[in-house]
Amino acid sequence: MTDPNPKKLRIGWFSFTCCEDSTIMLTELLNEHFFAWRMHLDFVNAKVFRKSGPLEQLDVAFVEGAISSEKQTEKLKKIRESATKLVAIGSCAVSGFPSAQRNLFDETTKAEIQPILKRFAYLPKVLRVNEIVPVDAFVSGCPMNTDQFLVLMDKLFEEFGIRKNKE
Amino acid sequence: MHSTSFDLSLEEISKIEGAAALDLMVRDGKVVDLKLKITEFKRFYTQGIRGKNVADVPQLLARICGTCSNAHLLCSVESVEKALGITPSPQTMLMRRLTISGLIIRDHGLHLYVFSLPDVVGKDSLLDFDENDSREHELLHDTFIVKEAGNQLSIAFGGRSVHAPFVAVGGYTKFPKEEELAITKEKLLKARPAALRLIDVFLNCPFRFEDETNFVGIKSADYGFLTGDIASTSGETIPEANFREHLEHTVIPYSQASGYKFKGQPYMVGALARLNLSKDHLHPKTRKDADKALARFPSKNVYDNNLAQAIEILHCLDESVELLERNPKLVEEPLAQSGTSEGVGVGVIEAPRGTLFHELEIKDRKVVKADIVVPTGQNQVSMEKNVKTLVENNIGLGKEKLALEIEKLIRAYDPCMSCATHFLKVKWL
Repeated sequence: MTDPNPKKLRIGWFSFTCCEDSTIMLTELLNEHFFAWRMHLDFVNAKVFRKSGPLEQLDVAFVEGAISSEKQTEKLKKIRESATKLVAIGSCAVSGFPSAQRNLFDETTKAEIQPILKRFAYLPKVLRVNEIVPVDAFVSGCPMNTDQFLVLMDKLFEEFGIRKNKE
Repeated sequence: MHSTSFDLSLEEISKIEGAAALDLMVRDGKVVDLKLKITEFKRFYTQGIRGKNVADVPQLLARICGTCSNAHLLCSVESVEKALGITPSPQTMLMRRLTISGLIIRDHGLHLYVFSLPDVVGKDSLLDFDENDSREHELLHDTFIVKEAGNQLSIAFGGRSVHAPFVAVGGYTKFPKEEELAITKEKLLKARPAALRLIDVFLNCPFRFEDETNFVGIKSADYGFLTGDIASTSGETIPEANFREHLEHTVIPYSQASGYKFKGQPYMVGALARLNLSKDHLHPKTRKDADKALARFPSKNVYDNNLAQAIEILHCLDESVELLERNPKLVEEPLAQSGTSEGVGVGVIEAPRGTLFHELEIKDRKVVKADIVVPTGQNQVSMEKNVKTLVENNIGLGKEKLALEIEKLIRAYDPCMSCATHFLKVKWL
């Protein structure tokens, strides 16, 4: 007996300050996994795949990138409030680096970039995700380690009671 | 109709690489203000690499961008090698060609199938394609077959399709085995019919926006992306080391990215420019099987950038298969070395989105100064100008439809906002 409307894992994929390499790794993972995941995964918010809509209630929010501004901080907090689980994806989200390299600049270089920081309201320091909100799981790597990501996906399917298509 | 007044703000333009926004103000049927804002936050790579050892520089600069990382990697390697007088071996050049082809197939595949195809089919997302509809079913399957071919080619030659770990100054640190080359060739051949179907999709796509602009890009005898002089449809030919002298940096105060003009005028780089300049240099099999599509070029229709990308996918498949057949076995080679520890080097390559320029000044094998110009920065001035014209010509469409048309035109440029905001160049007044 197949349920015509099986429960799907509602996910969001969000990018902050980074090169979005993990987004690319995700799109490459789909080459192999798209048809198996399709029945069990709902990309509710994912600018890479569809028109940007309002933030919805999510099972899992995947967050890529470091945090550079107050506006990004606020958005991240809203994502946290909307999601049951939040996963930090890739090096910039997990550790801040390399996007946080300006935190380590000497005073002369800091003075050089100051006008830009001021003009676009940058935070004094680039922050990693768990400096702002609690994080439930981390997938490290630059780009993210895809084996680690796949293990986590299986765990999430199980945790949220969603049958995984074994095909 | 001409008394139309409205404000439109697109906060997050979707299905492009990175973050961009658009503010538009229309009063009495006229565009009073239009700002295309690249809203990605800077990561200051040109400052970040100062003082870094040259061996580490390409891998760090690859982090400017996820999707075109392997283009930054190859361009940066070229600039280091030119600065230090390192000559890569013929096998290295062959492997680099296959590496860039893997990137072109994968990256154009992402743009055409995931970002642009939903516009053509009239759906919001590839994820919404209906498997019970035979055309959508086929395109959906084609998506992953083509992307996977590019992904596999990148893995075979670079170790990964993003930030390829085996690409280094002086050569490669790992070499694909014969079995891997055979698997790769098989996947490339499997993708060919899908690439031909993709060309048909964009050949039959009715979207039009003509721009009387100058098209600029590397012109090489074999349509190879990595070497050759810079040419323009206005008739210039410039050695790649002198390219930067012809570019004028343009301050766009509301955008986090730098804009550029070529000889004082807006211009366009990317697949459309390359096809307009060099279609006769494509692989013979591509020329034969895409002849109907190639008759479209030279083209001034910005949307033909999509068709040009689809043709380039076919070219890279055909060329890579031929190169793999001619070179079924690769030998391990040590990295080419240099006795020099200082110099200035320019790397120029054709990245998927257009001409990419890296210039490095090196002293004691450490970076003193860097200048990087990316394709999206070069297209930014044209893109904004053309969005303005599009709005003026379609003001009666209503906000929702107009927003969709704006996003569609911006997507045709395949902009990459991560690239565009890698560094700080402007001295703000």
